[in-house]
Formats: sequence, structure tokens, C-alpha cells
Amino acid sequence: MFTIISRIFHFGFKNFWRNGWLSTATIAIMTLAAIGFLGLIIFGVVTHAAASAIQDKIDISVYFNTNTPEDEILNIQQSLEGLSQVASVDYISQDQALATFQKNHANDPTVSQAINALDANPLEASLNIKAKDPSQYGAINDYLSSPDLASYIDTISYTQNQDVINRLAAIVRDVSIGGWLMTIFLALVAGLVMFNTIRLAIYSNREEIGVMRVVGASNSLVRGPFVVEGMLWGLIAALISLVVFAPVLYFVSPYLNEFIPGLDIFRYFYTHIILLFIYELLFGVVIGGLSSFWAVRRYLKN
Amino acid sequence: MIVFQGVSKHYTGHGVALEDVDFQIDPGEFVSLAGRSGAGKSTIIKLLIGEEKPSKGRVFFGQYEVNKLQDNELPAFRRHIGVVFQDFRLLPTKTAYENVAFALEVAGRPQREIAELVPQVLDMVGLGDKTKNFPNELSGGERQRVAIARAMIHRPEVVIADEPTGNLDPFHTFEIIKLLEKINQLGTTVVLATHDKEIINTLERRVLTLDKGRLIRDEKKGKYILV
Repeated sequence: MFTIISRIFHFGFKNFWRNGWLSTATIAIMTLAAIGFLGLIIFGVVTHAAASAIQDKIDISVYFNTNTPEDEILNIQQSLEGLSQVASVDYISQDQALATFQKNHANDPTVSQAINALDANPLEASLNIKAKDPSQYGAINDYLSSPDLASYIDTISYTQNQDVINRLAAIVRDVSIGGWLMTIFLALVAGLVMFNTIRLAIYSNREEIGVMRVVGASNSLVRGPFVVEGMLWGLIAALISLVVFAPVLYFVSPYLNEFIPGLDIFRYFYTHIILLFIYELLFGVVIGGLSSFWAVRRYLKN
Repeated sequence: MIVFQGVSKHYTGHGVALEDVDFQIDPGEFVSLAGRSGAGKSTIIKLLIGEEKPSKGRVFFGQYEVNKLQDNELPAFRRHIGVVFQDFRLLPTKTAYENVAFALEVAGRPQREIAELVPQVLDMVGLGDKTKNFPNELSGGERQRVAIARAMIHRPEVVIADEPTGNLDPFHTFEIIKLLEKINQLGTTVVLATHDKEIINTLERRVLTLDKGRLIRDEKKGKYILV
């Protein structure tokens, strides 16, 4: 058994080396497919970052009547934090609101004088709420609109921004679903390209397979070296695709950062390079090996 | 050793390749299958090595009933036979040495035994100095000698040669025939399919003559006679 396995690997490596042109051509096409696959992973990261960036901009604010006691507001904050739809709740007190207002209008003496002329702080305390999913703002709004809380609350920004929030939520959802569908479709295309490339490579070896069968080679000894060869093609294609991708991402990264602030795609690439390599390896080696296994099958009859 | 019992082979849309063929070949014999192209010689060989199954009848090889062998049983069965083809059928990415060694490697023979046997057999066919050459670096005659070395390296009970000289000049033709005779003298049964009149007449061995798929003559010391 060990002899057969070692011969399978020996033949596989030797065929890979001696079929130089065939290996080069196959690897070239498999590399393109692997680059496509890697591109899809990166595309997924970019769409996710874009969706998160949009999502980050969505929140609702609840403004409380100036006579609402702070304890009551903090109770409401606590009850909101207990809701499954809520990601975070920030409390902005009247004093904080005033400080922010004054800071924002420091260069506008008319506004500053008007504020100072008032006896009391006219600004309302508020809670800034972010939902886990943009589609859940409606449910949070319903909770805040309950009659129990009506006496404390002056306005809820959701009612004013409902259209914009819903539109942004729809964009986030569409980007995510579209990204997934595109990833699945293009991954299938890349996989099929790889599979057919290997089928063609095996087809060019069909006479050799016939000779092996006539000499008395078992199915595993005929098929094994081709599977090893297919896996080697996949491995090398995976490595090359990573090497080709690195400089491309290095140059593209600053431009993407302008569109999606906070996204450093090159940093993502090199901090996740081992994981990406494993994905590429699985994609290349598994498809390479399985394609060879499948493609040789039809020549193993008789 | 080899028995064909009422064997017929029909191809859908291509007519009859063999019709009701009966014969027996005993161990150590040198038998020529003679006949024009399309007479059924190659069909007999395909049936004998299990590459095709008969439409009717039974084919025996030693303890095997070849027509009943499953796909997964064929490799082990074929290690009892050595086959030589007109188009050599060498593995193009392997050297002469590796092509010959391959027949032993598939049988799981140890590397030490392979390293010892292969040079001996290549010497025997006169290619001791071409062990590292690839098939495309050898002449037609040399390629066929590699194919013969591969067919005999595992000491099969039978060597089957299907038109082995079809692509060779007269000089190399007789070189190959002499080699087959030598293999036969060492005790191996040889089945030679050929349409070369001169070879059959020179050999003066048993001849099975086929015509349009039928066995029309079986002579102990035959000549090439077609009707």
C-alpha cells in the first residue's frame, strides 16, 4: 500500500514537471480563476464595509421634555438596552447638549449671546439609539411611541427621517444580498473554468491512460498521479494569485478608502493572508483534485 | 491456456467483426493470426485482453473467463499478459527505462527488483545504451523494442503482438520477429497478429487464418494463404 501511494505521488510530481507546457497553461487559467475567487472574497469585504459605513450613519434620537427627570431618562435608556433589536444607546444630557451647541457656535456671537440671555438651558436631553439591523428602527420607534412614555418624550427623529432610514436600510440589504448572489455566481463560474481546464488537460492524456490500463495499472494508480497533478496546479495557482493580488490591493486601497472611510483593504489583506491562503488553497486544491478525479473516471472503463 | 468458444462480435451499425470463432492455444505455442485488414485479428486481441466483450460465446485465459471480468478485475488479469501494439503505445513522458519499469511498478514490485531487472531486459532487446531516452528520441524499431521489453519484463504467460511491425522497415521488422521468437523459446506463449505474408511464411509456425470475421484455416505449420 505504501509502495503504491509513494508511486502515485512520485508519478504525479514527475508528470507535473515533465508536462511543463501543459502544467504552465493549466496553471495560468487556474490562476485567473483563483484571482477571480480572491477578488470575490475582497469584494465581500468591501461590500460589507460599505454596508457597515451606511449602517453606521443611521440612528434615531429621542428628545425628552425639559421637565423629564434624569432618573426617568436613565430608566428608559436601561429598558431600551434590554431590547433585542438595540445595539447601543447613548445618553446626552441637557448640559452635554448645551456644551456641544456652544462649541459648534463658538464663532457665532449672536447665537452665544442669545443662549446666555436665557435663564434656563433650553436644549433637551436625548438618547441616541443604534439598532442591530436598520430594518429594526420601526420596532424601536413603536416601543418609544407607547402611551406610557408619551408624557416624557417631545420628539422622535425616526418620524422625521423615516423615509431616509428605510431607503438606507434597503440599500444595505440590497448590497448584502447582491454581494452574496454575485459571489456565489462568480465562484461557480471560477470553479467551472477550473474544472473544464483540468478536464481538457486530462483529455490530452487519454491515450496515456489507455496505455496504463493495458499494462495492468489499477484504477488508483492511473487516477492518483492525475489527482496529485491537479492538486499541485491548484496549489501553485493559489500562491500566484496571492502574489499578484498584493500589489494590486496596495495601489487600490487608498482610492477605496476615499469612498468608504475606515476601510483599509490592503491592511485587511496582509492581516488575513493566512486565512485567504487557506481559502485559496481549499478552492484550488479541492477543485483541482476533484476535477482530475472526475475527469479521469470516464477513461477508466475497459 | 487460451480458448475461444463460439465467439461472435457484432457492432451496431458496423456489421460483424467476428462470427462463431472457436480455437485453443496451448502454453508455449507461437501462433500467428493472419488475414487482411478488417478480418477480425485485432478484435480477437481486444477480446483476449478484455478491452471488449463478445456479443456471443466465451473467452478463457487460464483460470479467467475474460468475458465475465468486471472493470476492477481487469488490471490484475492484464498483468498475466504482455501486449505489443503497432503504434508502440509508449508513455511519452517516461524514458525507455521508466516505460519498461512501469509494468513492474503497477504490479507493486519492489524498487530493488525493478532496478535489477529493467537494465537486463533492455540489454536483451539491444537498448542497454538508450535507457534514458524518451520515446520521441528513439527510432520506430527502437520504440517497438522498448514496447517488447515492457511486454515481457513481468514474465507474462502470453505476449500478444498486434501488427508489431506495421510501422517498421523490413530490417527492423525481422529484428522484432526474432525477438518474439526468442521470447517464445524462453517458454512464453506468443500470439502474433499480422497481415505480412513474408513474416508468416518465414516463421513456419501455427497459423490461424481469418477472413471477414470467420476462422477459415488453422494449420500447424501454416503459410499465408487467403482463399
